Amino acid sequence: MNSETLNTLDSYSKNKYKYGFVTNIDNEKPKKGLNEDTIKFISLKKKEPDWMLQWRLKAFSKWKKMKEPKWANLNFPEIDYQDIYYYSAPKGFEKKPKDLSEVDPKLIETYNKLGIPLEEQKVLAGVAVDVVFDSVSVATTYKGELEKLGIIFCSIGEAIQKHPDLIKKYLGSVIPAGDHSFSALNSAVFTDGSFVYIPEGVKCPMELSTYFRINAENTGQFERTLIIADKGSYVSYLEGCTAPKRDDNQLHAANVELIALEDAEIKYSTVQNWYPGDEDGKGGIYNFVTKRGLCAGKNSKISWTQVETGSAITWKYPSCILKGDNSIGEFYSVAITNNFQQADTGTKMTHIGKNTKSKIISKGISLGKSQNTYRGEVSFLRKADKARNYTQCDSLLVGNRCGAHTVPYIDSKNNTAVIEHEASTSKINEDQLYYCRQRGLSHEEAVSLIVNGFCKQVLQELPMEFAVEAQKLVSISLEGSVG
Amino acid sequence: MFLEIKDLSVKIENKNILKGLNLNINKGEVHAIMGPNGCGKSTLANVLAGKEDYEILNGKINFKDNDLFDLNIEERAQEGMFLAFQYPVEIPGVNITPFLHSAINSKRKRMNEDEIDNLSFAKLLKSKASDLGINIDMLKRSVNTGFSGGEKKRYEILQMSILNPDLAILDETDSGLDIDALKIVTDGVNKLKTKDNSFLIITHYQKLLDYIKPDYVHVMVNGSIVKSGGSEIAVEIEKDGFQKFQ
Repeated sequence: MNSETLNTLDSYSKNKYKYGFVTNIDNEKPKKGLNEDTIKFISLKKKEPDWMLQWRLKAFSKWKKMKEPKWANLNFPEIDYQDIYYYSAPKGFEKKPKDLSEVDPKLIETYNKLGIPLEEQKVLAGVAVDVVFDSVSVATTYKGELEKLGIIFCSIGEAIQKHPDLIKKYLGSVIPAGDHSFSALNSAVFTDGSFVYIPEGVKCPMELSTYFRINAENTGQFERTLIIADKGSYVSYLEGCTAPKRDDNQLHAANVELIALEDAEIKYSTVQNWYPGDEDGKGGIYNFVTKRGLCAGKNSKISWTQVETGSAITWKYPSCILKGDNSIGEFYSVAITNNFQQADTGTKMTHIGKNTKSKIISKGISLGKSQNTYRGEVSFLRKADKARNYTQCDSLLVGNRCGAHTVPYIDSKNNTAVIEHEASTSKINEDQLYYCRQRGLSHEEAVSLIVNGFCKQVLQELPMEFAVEAQKLVSISLEGSVG
Repeated sequence: MFLEIKDLSVKIENKNILKGLNLNINKGEVHAIMGPNGCGKSTLANVLAGKEDYEILNGKINFKDNDLFDLNIEERAQEGMFLAFQYPVEIPGVNITPFLHSAINSKRKRMNEDEIDNLSFAKLLKSKASDLGINIDMLKRSVNTGFSGGEKKRYEILQMSILNPDLAILDETDSGLDIDALKIVTDGVNKLKTKDNSFLIITHYQKLLDYIKPDYVHVMVNGSIVKSGGSEIAVEIEKDGFQKFQ
């Protein structure tokens, strides 16, 4: 690696985070710490029925007996669960505002700054957005239009009150509360998130999207998302996330459950840009996320696409349980780590039904002193006749102080299963940089172009409206310069 | 003087490659450098383009009133220097159209010209491609990825015709080309030739010079130019090889 490349890399690692501002808004919080009172407080604030409170308390009692999973390739100090606020809402959020005239102008301003205008006419054409600020949903756009098709798109809090049958049937059905400590924690204290139900045979005509923002200090965000695609339906959903720059680490532990019934398809995309910490590794979000989809019916399909550029720590394995015969699971991932970021991310594909297929494309890019691990498990159960998996993991190292790791697990109990696995690790190629620069592109442009090219297979899976944004985000994560 | 190389000595990894090389090129001239393998021809091309693996021991290079060593790789390119590579590298996932579009705009920016918009660029690219007999479908592919040797060279010439350089250096562009491909490539070069731009053609064989007529031919042996003259030198080499110059 020549000196100029190293200089450029140094300038990259002076990471500037565009979304690091704080909104000064009065908020309402319970006392710090986690106990039954905290959970009762949350449940009360959310005006939840008693069965929901009991569900939470049961999860809490499980959590108390559990330890954090330790197998990931991550280093971080013990999380003090008693030093965190578990709920934070802008004052006056006793009730979700009916329309924007009831929303604090400071909040509207915040989202304008983030590039997410809440007024429907200004929103990206054809995208409905649910906006979650700390622990509450602020606004949901295009709701009326979706209702005409029978589509339910609202905050999970609202769904608990208005659609208890669906919640009782599906919440925790894919990720049981007792799955591991973060799922138990989330089940006990989850605050807001989105709920989607697509009725039988309906193809959702627009992208559904949730934008998560952590604003308050020392506050954890525990969102819960549940998406149900009934028989023969289709939905594409996208989430985005940002948080202010702070020196303390903040905890984000989300649970996302997807259920696809017969012939249904769910496409779930994430652009994760939580505050990653500064160039010395100070601050940043701890992102412990459980995402799991169940292909319950035959011929169903669940596709995860993620672009992970933020967070100090990313611990995340969007998975598919391929229960229905002929069902398909896909995982497309770009994870970029810079400075002292650590990512341990991948997927789990569990083949249960016959002729089930899964595809994994993972692209990891490490810069600075970061560590980037792909961890994936593909398993074929006894009845998964003629199931297939294709896995491709590529790692790109930029600089010589970072690390890339690939940890695939394969477990087959059926000898008709077909598994293909390809993996590569390479350094950014000096000849490619030379070539681009000889055509007049700057060193930074050249790196960003080459990395974007490296990620293309994944980025092209994103909904069109976001693909361009994601490309820019990839470039920004590399440059560290404000876009 | 347009390009002036004075007493240039260069080494790489403790090996002296160029040893006191001198070369002057004026506007509108076509120069050819011929020499045996390992004589330092490609090193000269890469030193001109600014590749950083080399150590400059001595000498000066002036290019369009700039001290060339004050400019980095991209600045030289933006000033109008173009190197057609001997082995163009593959860049998977990077589409040729936006790649060249960014390239042309970075040059225009340095020249204080307006950027060219998407539509006009697409038109320009299409017309240049059809001039070179390049299929439009090939413009949808990633830079050099999965191309045959001949396709790569044709792509280099396409890029050259889009970027319209003041000084084009062709590093063994003829290597690995059959006669048909060689004709297309050299036709491209001849079309581009004006009284305001210059070419430096580096080649091992005389064949290329049947298609591109040089004003000057230089023989390079062991890191310096040992003989300069007109195209009669190329004929001499064709007949007797490089032996007599060594």
